[in-house]
Amino acid sequence: MIVDEVDKQIILATQAGLPLVAQPYQAIAAQLDLTAEEVMQRMRIMQENGIIRRVGAVPNHYKLGYRYNGMTVWDVVDEQIDYLGQLIGQLDFVSHCYHRPRHLPEWPYNLFAMVHSKTKTGVTEKVNIISQELGEFNRQQEVLYSTRILKKTGLRIGR
Amino acid sequence: MLSDFYMQLLNDYQQDFPLTPRPYLAIAESLGVSEDDVLLAMQELTDQTLINRIGTIIKPNKMGKSMLVAMAVPEAQLQRVAGIVSSFSEVNHNYERENRFNLWFVLMSSTGELLQDTLDEIEQQCGYSTMRLPLVADYFINLGFELDLERDQELDREPDNGCDRLSTN
Repeated sequence: MIVDEVDKQIILATQAGLPLVAQPYQAIAAQLDLTAEEVMQRMRIMQENGIIRRVGAVPNHYKLGYRYNGMTVWDVVDEQIDYLGQLIGQLDFVSHCYHRPRHLPEWPYNLFAMVHSKTKTGVTEKVNIISQELGEFNRQQEVLYSTRILKKTGLRIGR
Repeated sequence: MLSDFYMQLLNDYQQDFPLTPRPYLAIAESLGVSEDDVLLAMQELTDQTLINRIGTIIKPNKMGKSMLVAMAVPEAQLQRVAGIVSSFSEVNHNYERENRFNLWFVLMSSTGELLQDTLDEIEQQCGYSTMRLPLVADYFINLGFELDLERDQELDREPDNGCDRLSTN
């Protein structure tokens, strides 16, 4: 699906948050000089085509008690990576799971999974679960805890 | 204290927020409360930053190109280098992590070419090379992240202590 200029404007207007009013799509439509029906219809089509993944409340996991997260990185067999990625991506404590390129020799890892927990030992337990799931297809792994947030802004598009 | 009502709002509307003219009314009808109850509760959850927003989540690289990048920076240089990286408006996340690659950031630009140009500029200003980790595949499974919420959980108003939050793209 090709996202046109109007679609882009709808995305930009909605990803920062719908206005908390009784008729939010009407409010977005008014900003963009469209009708509410057109906004909803375009959003529906973008959702059906996977451009919009979901529409909903974005919880602040940190504030809700999920204080620990680890970026887990795994060196898995290339031939199996898509199967393994889908396996790990559906674990309920994994929020993101990606295949990324290795940079040998210093970076042998090709599978990334973000793990969330309320405790640090909880992260370790979850890493063990992933390790068992990957089994013999995993050659080595690391868990990178974050020590500081140096910058965090909402999604936006540069230049 | 999180009531059952608040917990339902937090858990059940991370996806499938109604695409109808009056979405809060639709939620209200399914929960047996009034539209105002839902609007007020969502406002309260937003004010307390228990939800960041109610909005759309877009597939990566649809509205521009983004990339995860890592740098290995000597401890004594980290503050300076992190400052340079964060000063670029294209950079939206920048974390220190416990690893030889100790600086991790995500940047976004309208095209892949501009993204590479920005990275070249960052390398030049910092004096260190970047390890570029673009997405090869995204194993996205369309399930909400189930929150294990305790009913009597005390709301906590302390500032963040340095653990990063779930990113939301």
